[in-house]
Amino acid sequence: MRDIRKELEKRILVMDGAMGTMLQQYKFTEEDFRGERFKDFAYPVQGNNDLLSLTQPKAIAEVHAAYFEVGADIVETNTFSSTTIAMADYHMEDLAYELNFESARIAKEVAEEFTRKNPEKPRFVAGAMGPTNKTASMSPDVNDPGFRAITFDQLRIAYKEQAEGLIEGGSDVLLIETVFDTLNAKAALFAIEEVKEAKGVDIPIMVSGTITDASGRTLSGQTPEAFLVSISHIPLLSVGFNCALGADQLLPYVKQLAQNTPFYISAYPNAGLPNHFGEYDQTAEEMQALIKTYLDEHVVNIIGGCCGTTPDHIKLIADAVKEYKPRKIAELV
Amino acid sequence: MEASEKRYLKLSGLEPLVVTPESNFINVGERTNVTGSRRFLRLIKEEKYDEALEVARSQVEGGAQIVDVNMDEGMLDGVYAMTTFLNLMAAEPDIARVPVMIDSSKWEIIEAGLKVVQGKSIVNSISLKEGEEEFIQRAKQIKRYGAAVIVMAFDEVGQADTYERRIEICKRSYDVLVEKVNFPPEDIIFDPNIFPVATGMDEHRKNAIDFFRATKWIRENLPHAHVSGGVSNVSFSFRGNNAVREAMHSAFLYHAIKNGMDMGIVNPQMLEVYDDIPEDLLERVEDVLLDRRDDATERLMAFAETVKGNGKVAEKQNQEWRDGALQDRITHALVKGIDEFIEIDVEEARQNVNRPIEVIEGHLMNGMNVVGDLFGSGKMFLPQVVKSARVMKKAVAYLLPYIEAQKDGNSRSAGKVLMATVKGDVHDIGKNIVSVVLGCNNYEVVDLGVMVPPEKIIQTAIDENVDIIGLSGLITPSLDEMVYLAKELEKQNISIPIMIGGATTSRAHTAVKIAPEYSKTVVHVNDASRAVTVAGNLVNPRLLAPYAVSVRAEYDKLREGFLNRSKKKTFLAINDARKNKYKVDWEKYTPNKPNFTGVKTIEVSIDELENYIDWTPFFRSWDLHGKYPAILEDGVVGEQARSLFTDAKEMFAKIKSEKWLKATGVLGIFPANQINDDDIEIYNENGNVIGKFLTLRQQSQKTKGAPNIALADFIAPKDSGKTDYVGAFCVTTGFGVDEIAKKYEEALDDYSSIMIKALADRCAEAFAEYLHERVRKEIWGYDAGEELSNEELIKESYAGIRPAPGYPACPDHLEKKTIWELLDVEKNTGVILTDSLAMWPASSVSGYYFANPESKYFGLGKIKQDQVEDYAERRDISIEEANKWLNPNIAD
Repeated sequence: MRDIRKELEKRILVMDGAMGTMLQQYKFTEEDFRGERFKDFAYPVQGNNDLLSLTQPKAIAEVHAAYFEVGADIVETNTFSSTTIAMADYHMEDLAYELNFESARIAKEVAEEFTRKNPEKPRFVAGAMGPTNKTASMSPDVNDPGFRAITFDQLRIAYKEQAEGLIEGGSDVLLIETVFDTLNAKAALFAIEEVKEAKGVDIPIMVSGTITDASGRTLSGQTPEAFLVSISHIPLLSVGFNCALGADQLLPYVKQLAQNTPFYISAYPNAGLPNHFGEYDQTAEEMQALIKTYLDEHVVNIIGGCCGTTPDHIKLIADAVKEYKPRKIAELV
Repeated sequence: MEASEKRYLKLSGLEPLVVTPESNFINVGERTNVTGSRRFLRLIKEEKYDEALEVARSQVEGGAQIVDVNMDEGMLDGVYAMTTFLNLMAAEPDIARVPVMIDSSKWEIIEAGLKVVQGKSIVNSISLKEGEEEFIQRAKQIKRYGAAVIVMAFDEVGQADTYERRIEICKRSYDVLVEKVNFPPEDIIFDPNIFPVATGMDEHRKNAIDFFRATKWIRENLPHAHVSGGVSNVSFSFRGNNAVREAMHSAFLYHAIKNGMDMGIVNPQMLEVYDDIPEDLLERVEDVLLDRRDDATERLMAFAETVKGNGKVAEKQNQEWRDGALQDRITHALVKGIDEFIEIDVEEARQNVNRPIEVIEGHLMNGMNVVGDLFGSGKMFLPQVVKSARVMKKAVAYLLPYIEAQKDGNSRSAGKVLMATVKGDVHDIGKNIVSVVLGCNNYEVVDLGVMVPPEKIIQTAIDENVDIIGLSGLITPSLDEMVYLAKELEKQNISIPIMIGGATTSRAHTAVKIAPEYSKTVVHVNDASRAVTVAGNLVNPRLLAPYAVSVRAEYDKLREGFLNRSKKKTFLAINDARKNKYKVDWEKYTPNKPNFTGVKTIEVSIDELENYIDWTPFFRSWDLHGKYPAILEDGVVGEQARSLFTDAKEMFAKIKSEKWLKATGVLGIFPANQINDDDIEIYNENGNVIGKFLTLRQQSQKTKGAPNIALADFIAPKDSGKTDYVGAFCVTTGFGVDEIAKKYEEALDDYSSIMIKALADRCAEAFAEYLHERVRKEIWGYDAGEELSNEELIKESYAGIRPAPGYPACPDHLEKKTIWELLDVEKNTGVILTDSLAMWPASSVSGYYFANPESKYFGLGKIKQDQVEDYAERRDISIEEANKWLNPNIAD
C-alpha cells in the first residue's frame, strides 16, 4: 500500500461525496435492509444505512466505485453510525465490530481494484468515525446543565471497538468526523491511541469538525482555533471541517485552521445549504466554482463533499484540483 | 523550520489561549479552590453550586485567564465534586471561555477532571515523588487526554528546598518527560516551590531568592518550558496582615517575572500595584525576599506592626525602578517618558562604552525599540511616544558634545526623511507629530517647517540626499500644491518616494490626483502611527520594489473604481440647479433688523473662552479618537486621554495665568440681498454696494424634492423688497504661539510644543463659538432668548450658521479676500492671508454669519465646468484661475 503522506506531498487528494444520497436511489425496502440474516429481527431496521454493509454489500461497493470512477482518491467507509452508542437506536450494539470490519473490507476491496488499474493514482480508505448521537460536554436537559447523557469512558470504549474493526478491516486512515463536541473527539483520539499502542500500528488520523451556525463555533461552543488547540495533542494527518455549511460559508473557518496548524487541511462541505424541503440543490458546476476559491487560496490538501454531493460534484472537484498544487505545510508560518 | 521553533504553550476553553514570549504574565484565578477559600469549600460542601459558579465567574470577569479548580478536602468526594463543578462550568460560556487548571494531589480527581473538559487544560500537578515509573505513566495519560502539566519540584527524597535541588529535580523531570514520554516541552510548566519567607528560621531565608534563581535557570536551560507557582505561600508568616501580604505578593511577582516566571496562581484582590507600595515597606519586603540583610525579618516584623490592620500607607511616588540594571532604567525612562534621571543614566552608560555613539546605538535604541514595539502593537499611544521622544532628545543632546569631540558622526540612521508643510499652508501639528514619531524610530528628519515652496523642497531633497519626501497639508489648496510638486519631481527625473499626509489629504486624492503625475512611489499615510511602517518599506531596498508595485496596483484599482463611480453621478446644468434652489418663503419671513450694523473689533480674556472649548477635536489632533468626555473613560485610550487632558489643563492654566495668548477678533454685520440667484450683495448704511459674496451651488442630481443649495439661498432676494443682513468675522488666538512653541522645541520638548499649538487652535475655535453666541443673543440679537449648554452649542442646536470659506458649504478660499476687505481684518486683528489664502497665524477662524432660521450647513460636492465658467465671469478672473481655486470640487 502506498503511503498517503507521500501522495499528499505531491497533490491535493479528493474525498468522495455523500453515501446516503446515493443509497436512496436504490429505494431499499425494510426487507432489503433486513436481508436473509435479519429477516426475523425484533425491531425495524429500515434507515439503518450502516447495516447495508452486511445486507446489501454490493450496493455499498457500487457507491464507492462510482466515486473512485470520477476521480476520488479517498472514500469513507459506511460506518458513520457504527458505534455501540449509535447502534443502540436499532438495538444492534452487538454488531458494531462486524459493521466496521465489513465496511472497511468492502471499501478496501474496491480501492485496491482501482489502484491496480491505475497504480499512478493509489486509492485510500478512510475509516469513518462519526460523532455518535450524544454529547459529552453538554447536557440534553436544559433544567439540569450538569447532566451528561454520555461519559468520556463510554465514548472511549465504543470508539475503541470501532477503531479496531476499521483497522482490521483494512482502513488506510481513520477519520474522526463531523465533530460537534470536541470532548467526543478527544475520547475517540484517546481510544485510537490505546488501539495503536496495543496493536503496535501507526495509522494516520484525520479529524474533521463541523461549524453549525453563523456564530462560527462548534455546537459545543468552541472557536475554530480553540477546537484546533484541543485536538492537536495527537499528531494528526489532517484537520478540517465538513458538513453543515456550503463551501462558501465554510471557507473562512477552514482558513482559520490553515493559518494555525502544521497538519494537512481537509474540507468537505455540503452542496450548499438545504432548501425548504431539506434538499441540496447546489449544482456540481456551482460547487466547483466555490471550491476553486479554496484552491486559488491554497488552503486545502484534501477536498471533497458532504451532504447533497454526488459523483457529478466530485468529478468536477477532481477536475478542478488537477490544475493546482497542494497547500504547502512549510508555507503556513 | 521556523514552525518547530515556535513552540508556544497553547491552551483552550471555548476560546484559545496562546502563551507567546510577548504574552504578559498569565494569571490563574485561585478562588475556586477548597483548600484556599473557606467560602468556596462551604459552598461545595453544601452543594450550593450556583453560588460556587459565581465565584468562578467573578474570577474570569476579574481578569483570570485560567481558572484553577481544586476539590482536595478530606470530607469531600473529590471525584464527584470535580466532575460536577466542571460540568456545570462547561454550561456557562462566559466562564468556559477560559481554560481550566485541574488542581489536585490525587490522580483519580485529576483524571475525573480530564474526562469532562473539551478544551486543553493544565493538570496541577504531578511529580517524581512516587518514583519515575508512576511519573511516566501519568504524564503519558495526561498527554493522551490532551492537557499541559505542572510539574512540582519534588522527588522520591522530598520537596526541593534549595536552588540546587530545584534545578536538579526540574532537569530530571524535564528529561524524562521529553525523552521518555515524548511530552511536548512547551506543555511543561514547572512549579519550583514557593515557600514562606520571614519565618524566623534561618533555613527559610533563601526561599524566595532560590525560587528566583531556579526560575531563571529553568527558563534558560530547559527549552520551551514555563514556570508557575502559588504566590500566596510566600507571605504565610504574615497571615492577618493584608497590607504586608499584598506588598510581599507583588514584590515577589515583580522579581519572579523578571526571572522568567510566566504564569502564577494569584488573588488579584491580594495584590498591591508594585509601583504603589510605600517605599519603606517595599525596602523591607525586598530585604526579606532577596535576603539582603541579616535582620531583614526582624525589621519587616517590626514594621508590619505599624501597618497592621487596614493600614494602607499613603501612596508615595515610587522610585524603585531606579534600582534596576542600567539598560532597564534607560528603557523604563523612555517607555514612561521620565526625563528626570536620563542624563545621569546616559552618563553612566557613556562611561561603560568606548565611543559615546554606542550609547545611542545601544542603550537608547534598545529602549526606543521597546517603545516602537509597544506603539506598533497598540500598547502605547501617541502622547506617550511623544514624551518618550522628549527623553530621547534630551539624552542625545547630552551626548552630542562628546560625540562631536570624537569627531565621529557616522551614526547609522534608519533613513533620512524630508518633512514639509507645502506652500501656502501654515499647519504643522500633524507634520510635527510624524516628524517626532519618525525621529523616535531612528530616522533622521530634515524638517523644513511650514509654507515651504516646491523649489526649496526639491533642492533640499537633492542636497540632503533624502530617502523620502514627506508632504503635509491641512487646507484644500495644499492638495494642488502636492500635485504640482509631484509633477515637478517627475520633470526633474527625481525618484525619491513621497509620503502624503494631513487632514484634507486622502488615499483617494493621492491615488486619483497625485499618483498619476509621478512614475515613482507616492503613498498616502493615514495617521502618524502608520508613518513608521510606510517609511520602513520605502527605505528598505529589498522591500521597496515589491511595496511600490503593490501600492501602485492598489492606487490604480482605487482610481479606476473612483472614476467609474464619479462618472455615474449625474449633474444638472447650473441654470437648472438654480431653478431647484432652496426656497425660503420670503412672503412670510421678514428678517430682524440687527441691534448693530457696521464693523467692530472684539477682545476677550482667554478665561472667558474656556467653557466654549470643544475638546473632541483636541484629542483627535493627537490621534486619540472618541467623543469628549466619554473618551476619558474609554477602555482603550481612556488612560492616555486622561493623562493628555491633565497635561492640557495644566498648560491651559499657564496660558491663563501668564497670559500667553490673546484673543482678538473683528466682526461686521451688513444689510444685504441675494442677486442673480447665487450672489450676495452687501450694502453700507446708506444702501451703497460695498462688496459681494459669491456663493457656489450644488449641481449633482438630487433625489426628488431635495434642493440644490447655495448659501445665497438663505438671504432675501433683492426683488422680494425686503432688507436682509449678512455678517462676517475673523478671530485669532494665534499671536505668540509660534514663539512659545519654538522655546519648547529649543528645550527639546516637542510634546509641549505640539500641545501649545493644539490648545491655541482650540481657543480660536472656542472664540468663534463664543462670538457667534454673542452675535445671536446680543450684537445682532436675532435670537435673544437662546439658552443653550456648551454641549448644545457644540451640536450646533442654535438658529443660524457661521460657515467658513474653505469648508464644505463654501470651499472657495477667494471669499476670504472679500471678508478681509470688508472688515479690514489685517488692520483690525493682524491676521494676514498667505499666497494660498491660508490665515496666519494658524490659530485663527474666519467666516460668515447667516441668521435665517432655515439656514443650515451642507456640502457643496462636485460642480461642473459651466458653473466654473459662470463663476469666473462673476469673479472677474480667468477660467484657468477659477479652475485652480475650485479644482478639488470640479467633477471630472
